[in-house]
Amino acid sequence: MNTLALLSGSLTLLGAIMVITRRVAVHAVLYLVVTLLALATVFALLGAPFAAVLEVIIYAGAIMVLFVFVIMMLNLGQPDREREKEWLRPRIWGGPALLSTILCAELIYSLSTLPQQTDSFSPLSARDVGLSLFGPYVLMVELVSFLLLAGLVTAFHIGRHRMENR
Amino acid sequence: MSHLPLLAIFLIPAIILALATLLTWVERRLLGLWQDRHGPNRVGPGGLFQAVADGIKILFKQDWIPPFADKTVFVLAPSIGMMTVLLSFAAIPFTPLSGIAGTLNIGLLFILGMMGLGVYAVVLAGWASNSKYALLGGMRAAAQMISYEVFMGLSLLGVVMIAGSFNLHDIVTAQTHCWFILPQCLGFFIFLLAGIAETHRLPFDLPEGENELGAGFHTEYSGMKFGMFFIAEYAGIILISSLVTTLYLGGWLGPVLPAVVWFVLKTSGVVIFFILLRAALPRPRYDQLMALGWKILLPLSLLNVTATGTVLMLRAAG
Repeated sequence: MNTLALLSGSLTLLGAIMVITRRVAVHAVLYLVVTLLALATVFALLGAPFAAVLEVIIYAGAIMVLFVFVIMMLNLGQPDREREKEWLRPRIWGGPALLSTILCAELIYSLSTLPQQTDSFSPLSARDVGLSLFGPYVLMVELVSFLLLAGLVTAFHIGRHRMENR
Repeated sequence: MSHLPLLAIFLIPAIILALATLLTWVERRLLGLWQDRHGPNRVGPGGLFQAVADGIKILFKQDWIPPFADKTVFVLAPSIGMMTVLLSFAAIPFTPLSGIAGTLNIGLLFILGMMGLGVYAVVLAGWASNSKYALLGGMRAAAQMISYEVFMGLSLLGVVMIAGSFNLHDIVTAQTHCWFILPQCLGFFIFLLAGIAETHRLPFDLPEGENELGAGFHTEYSGMKFGMFFIAEYAGIILISSLVTTLYLGGWLGPVLPAVVWFVLKTSGVVIFFILLRAALPRPRYDQLMALGWKILLPLSLLNVTATGTVLMLRAAG
């Protein structure tokens, strides 16, 4: 179990690095999909199969397809690859990379000093997720639904505005 | 642990692939019957070996990748399509005992997730081909399949609410007294339409749309790579049909005959209905398809969820 979790964890990391370093946008999105799938595997191994499947359905299956859709509409070509290459010089990413390495080292150190939790846990079912969503977190659910409604109304307004101008 | 699950892992994909190949012949024969012509009837008994002959032809064709294509993604796309369809079968309970992951507690969601990933096959094929017809087909596919995934998920909610589980095994056993097609006939109707759109079959095969897009997303594909798209589409039909059987038609349940026979009988009935739709209905325009989805199917499926929830709550209270 532990080996599998480590394997999928490192796949997540490797995928994320590949996302940043690809020059063709669609290749980057494909690696992002792999990253999300590996992350879903991590969730499943941690005992949250429901979250894992939602990750696959929503992120890998829907949001990333929209990304590919937009990239297809943009019709990127050779000039964009050249520009991407220009942006990927070590001079540009060196500083942030160094700083985040320090942060990462700090995080790993602080995690290693935490007491190890070895309690056995039972897998979370969809029922458990639903109960906690509509129990202690019901306010959050309502707030998110407000936000989504606002987004929906905005999208509708923008679409309608263009139709009238035509 | 017995050898049975291991055997199933190797056997089920092989059986599904063989059935999908056979289905190409069945479809052509049935279309012939309904359109008052013969269909393929020369090779083997009743033309049965036509599928084999087509397979041999397609295998010996030159394996060609267009020089302007993105080679890696071009090769990757058909295999994604095939893999996601075959993986989905892992969660389908053919009999009370079988199924590779028969009692997966999120079985239904797993299948939805695999279908969601299946969109990539079509979209990436359209992008990697680097040709305008393929690109248009891929974009249509992305919009169509993402939209219909929404209604597919919503239409299934009614079934999940009644059965109280995402486990396909539990959903079938919950139908012992009454198949879900009766209380969930609206959900059944929406699921069937969404299933056709998801497998991009006629009448919803706009990603291919021969009369305006050449062959749509697989215009640039030939040989066995085209064959993989082709067989994956037929395996997709079998998948949707077995899902309809599991969710709405009582799965393996039935008197006298053994469980697996009932499952096969019901699934073949749904498959034949799919083929009949192809023979009977014309293809809608693209904007009509999207309008049907968002303006009719979305409100209807939300209504279905609300009505089912209300009835269940009233029954629990009363």
